[in-house]
Amino acid sequence: MRVDTGEVFGFLGPNGAGKTTTIKLLVRLIFPDGGSARILGKSIDDVSMHQEIGYLPEQPYFYDYLTAAELLDYFARFHRLTATDRQTRVENILKKVGLETAKKIQLRKYSKGMLQRAGLAQAILHDPQVVILDEPMSGLDPLGRREVRDIILELKKEGRTVLFSTHILSDAEMLCDRVGVLVGGKLRGVGTPEEMVGIKTQGMEILFEVAEGKNLPLLAKATRTGERYRVQMPEEELYGAIEQLRAAGARILSVAQIKPTLEDFFMNLVEADRAQANAVEVSGK
Amino acid sequence: MKRSGIIEVALGVLLVSGLAGVWQLQKKIDVQRQALQEERDELVLRSPKLIKRMSLEYAPLMGALYWTRAVQYYGEKHRLQQIRQGNLELLWPLLDITTTLDPNLIVAYRFGSTFLSDAPPRGAGDPDHAVELLRRGVIANPDYWRLYQDMGNVYYFDKKDYARASEAFAEGAKNPQAAIWMKVMAAKIAAEGESLETSYFLWRDIYQTAQEPQIKKNAELHLRLVKVDLDLRELNRLANEYERRSGRRATKLSELVQAGLLPQVPADPDGYPYVLGEGGKADLNVYSPMLGEKLMNK
Amino acid sequence: MKNVWTVATNTFREAVRDRVLFNLVFFALLMMGAAILVGQISIGIEESVIVSLGLTAISVIGLFIAVFIGVGLVSKEMDKRTLYALLAKPVERWEFLLGKFCGLVMTLTVNTAAMAVGLYLALWTVKHTLEKSDGWILVAVYLILLKLALIVALALLFSCFTTPFLAILFTAGIYVAGVFAGDLRTVQAVDLSPATMNLLKGVSYLLPNFENFNVMGAVAHGRAVPGALVRQATLYAVVYGAVVLAAASAIFSRRNLK
Repeated sequence: MRVDTGEVFGFLGPNGAGKTTTIKLLVRLIFPDGGSARILGKSIDDVSMHQEIGYLPEQPYFYDYLTAAELLDYFARFHRLTATDRQTRVENILKKVGLETAKKIQLRKYSKGMLQRAGLAQAILHDPQVVILDEPMSGLDPLGRREVRDIILELKKEGRTVLFSTHILSDAEMLCDRVGVLVGGKLRGVGTPEEMVGIKTQGMEILFEVAEGKNLPLLAKATRTGERYRVQMPEEELYGAIEQLRAAGARILSVAQIKPTLEDFFMNLVEADRAQANAVEVSGK
Repeated sequence: MKRSGIIEVALGVLLVSGLAGVWQLQKKIDVQRQALQEERDELVLRSPKLIKRMSLEYAPLMGALYWTRAVQYYGEKHRLQQIRQGNLELLWPLLDITTTLDPNLIVAYRFGSTFLSDAPPRGAGDPDHAVELLRRGVIANPDYWRLYQDMGNVYYFDKKDYARASEAFAEGAKNPQAAIWMKVMAAKIAAEGESLETSYFLWRDIYQTAQEPQIKKNAELHLRLVKVDLDLRELNRLANEYERRSGRRATKLSELVQAGLLPQVPADPDGYPYVLGEGGKADLNVYSPMLGEKLMNK
Repeated sequence: MKNVWTVATNTFREAVRDRVLFNLVFFALLMMGAAILVGQISIGIEESVIVSLGLTAISVIGLFIAVFIGVGLVSKEMDKRTLYALLAKPVERWEFLLGKFCGLVMTLTVNTAAMAVGLYLALWTVKHTLEKSDGWILVAVYLILLKLALIVALALLFSCFTTPFLAILFTAGIYVAGVFAGDLRTVQAVDLSPATMNLLKGVSYLLPNFENFNVMGAVAHGRAVPGALVRQATLYAVVYGAVVLAAASAIFSRRNLK
C-alpha cells in the first residue's frame, strides 16, 4: 500500500479494525512482527525521519502541569530549531489553532476540544512534510470538527501529505483524495471515496406533510410521525411519487437518497471480499 | 443563610464536646489500666541482632533511642529508690542492644560500666556484664582509653580482681593520650591490691572528668564514703598515738587537739565533726547524714 | 545528548510543580525540629541524635521519593499516554529514559540539599557553632544521594516491564535485600551445603550493597569518612547504575505501547 506525496489519505474502518495499530506501527510505538514500512524514503526505524513527521495520537492527553505554550516549546526542542525560531513558531501555531488566549493556562484546565487543538498544534509546529492524525475529529463539537477539517485542507494546500484515521464516512468523503479500508485487521481495499463507497443507492426517500382525508395510495407505504410522513421507493418511481403528492396538495419537506449505513457498507465489503479472496495483510506491509 | 450558620455552629459544638468526652474517657481508662498493675517494664524484643536487622540502615538512630530508654529506666528506678538486687534486670539487655546498634556510643559503655557493676542500691550489681560491655567498647573504640579506666575500676572495686585491674590500667596507659597516672595506678594496684588511697584517687578522677551527670553523682557518693574511711583511719591512728604518749585512751577528740595532734576537730564531708565513740574508736557524728549514707551503701 | 537534557529539565519542572514534594520536604524540616526536642531528652548525645535523626529523615524521605516517583516516571507517562506524542518526535527511547532519570536525580539533589540545610540549622540551634567535624555530614548526605540515584535507576528498570504496583514492591524489596547483602556474605548456618553458601555469596555480590553508602554511625559521632570509601562508593554507584539503566533502556526500547 502506498500514500503519495501531497495526498490526503484516510484510513477508514469500524472501531477495533486496526487503524490505530497501523498508525502506531508507523510512528514506532509498536513494533511489527514482520514486514517493513518506509516514510519519505527512510525506514520507520530511522529516528531522524521523525524530524519530518507530525503525529497526533488518539484521545491525546498531555502533561497537565504545563501550559499550552510550554508544551509546544517543550516538544519543539526536539527538533532542530533555533530559540527564536521556536518562539515564533509556537506563537504562530497557537494563533492558527485558536489557542492564543489560553496559552498561559495549564492544560489540566482545558476542555477536550482545546486539548485536541493543542495536539494538532504540536503535530504541525515544525512544518512536517507528513502529518499523521489518529481520529482527529473525535470528541469535537461541530465547530471544532469544521476547524480541524479546515486545517487539514490548509495542510493539503501547503503541499503536505496527510494521513488520518476515522470511522466517520462523511469526513472521509469530504477530505480524502483516497481512502484505505480496514476491517478486522486486514486492508480490504484502497481507492477514491467514491470507488469505495460506490454501492448503488438503495432508493429515494420523501418527507412530506398532507392534510387529513386525502386519497393517496402512497400513504399505504408511508410511516407517520405526528404530522409528517416518510416514504421510500426505488429511484425510478421518484417522479411518479412527486406527481402524486403534488396532485394531493401535499407539502414536500425533503427528497433524499437513501445512503447505506456504515454497517451495511462494511458488511457488503466483507461479502464482496469473500468472493474475491484477495486480502492484503496489514502488518507493516 | 441563617440556617446554615446555625448548623455550622451546632457541628462545631458537637465536635468540641465530642473531643472533650474522648479526653475524659481516656482519663478514666488510664485509671483502670493503672489498677490492673500492668508491668510497664517490658522489653518485647530482646535480640540485639534482630533489632539491628530491623533497623535497616538506621541503626545508630535506633541505638540513640534505646540509650534514651536505658537512661530513663535507670533514672526512674533510682529516683523512686527502688533499686534492689535483681530488679534492675533490664539494664543489661537495654545497654546490650544500644551498643550493638551503635558501637560508637561511648557514653553507653561508661554509663553501663558504672551502673551495671555497682552494687545495689546504686546499681545492678552485675560486674560480669559490665566487663563484657566494656570489652565490646574497647574493640569498637580502640582510641578511647578511658574505657580501660572504667574496666580497671570495675575489676578493682566490684570484682576485687586486682591482677586484672592492673592489666586494664596498663593496657589503657599504652595510649599516648592517656593520663600519666594510669601507668602509675597499674603498678600500684599490682603491688598493693586494694587501698583507701587508691580508691580515693580513682573515684576522684571519675568525679572530676565524667561529663554524664549521673556518673558524676555516683562517683561523688563513693568519694565521700572513702573520704570518711580515710579520715577515720587517720583519726584512729592519732588516737593510738595519743594513747601511746599519754598512757590512756582519749574519750573526746578535743583532747587530741589539746595534745597538739590535731589543729582542730575535723568534720566529715557534710560538716559534722567526728567523734570518738565506744572504746575510743573514731566514728561519725550521731547527727550526721553520712551515717545513714554509710549504712545504706554497705 | 541535548534531548536528554530537554527531558531532564521538563521532569524537574514537573517535580517542582508537584506539591507533594514540597510537603515531603516540609515534613523533613519538621523532623529536624523534632530532632532538637529529642536531643534535649537524651543526655550526653544531643548532637549525635540530631545528626542521626536528620540523616534518617533525609534517607527515608529520599527513599520514598525515589521509589514512588521513580516508578511513576515511566508508568505515569504510559498510563496517561502523554508519552505517545513525545516518542513520535526525533528522540530515542533511551534518551527519554536517561532524561527522566537525570530529572529525578536533579530533583532529589535539590531536596536533599534543602534538608541538609535544615539539619545544619538544627545543629546550629543547639550548638550555636559549627565545627570542622560537622563537614562530614555533607559527605554522608552525598553518599545518601548516590544511594537514592541507584534506587531511582532500579525503579525505572522495574517500571519498564511490570505494573506500577509490582514495580514499587520489587524496588522496595531490592532495597531491603540490598541493605542485608553484606550480612548475606557472612551468613553462618550449620546445615547449608557449600554449593548453597556459594550461591548466596554470589547473590550477595550481585545485589546492590546499600550499606556501602551508609556512614551514619561514623558521622553521628563526628568521625571522618575515608576518602577511599567515598571514591569507591561513587564508582560503584556509577557502574551499577549504568548497568541498570542500560538494561532498562534495552527493555523499554522493545516495548510495544498499546
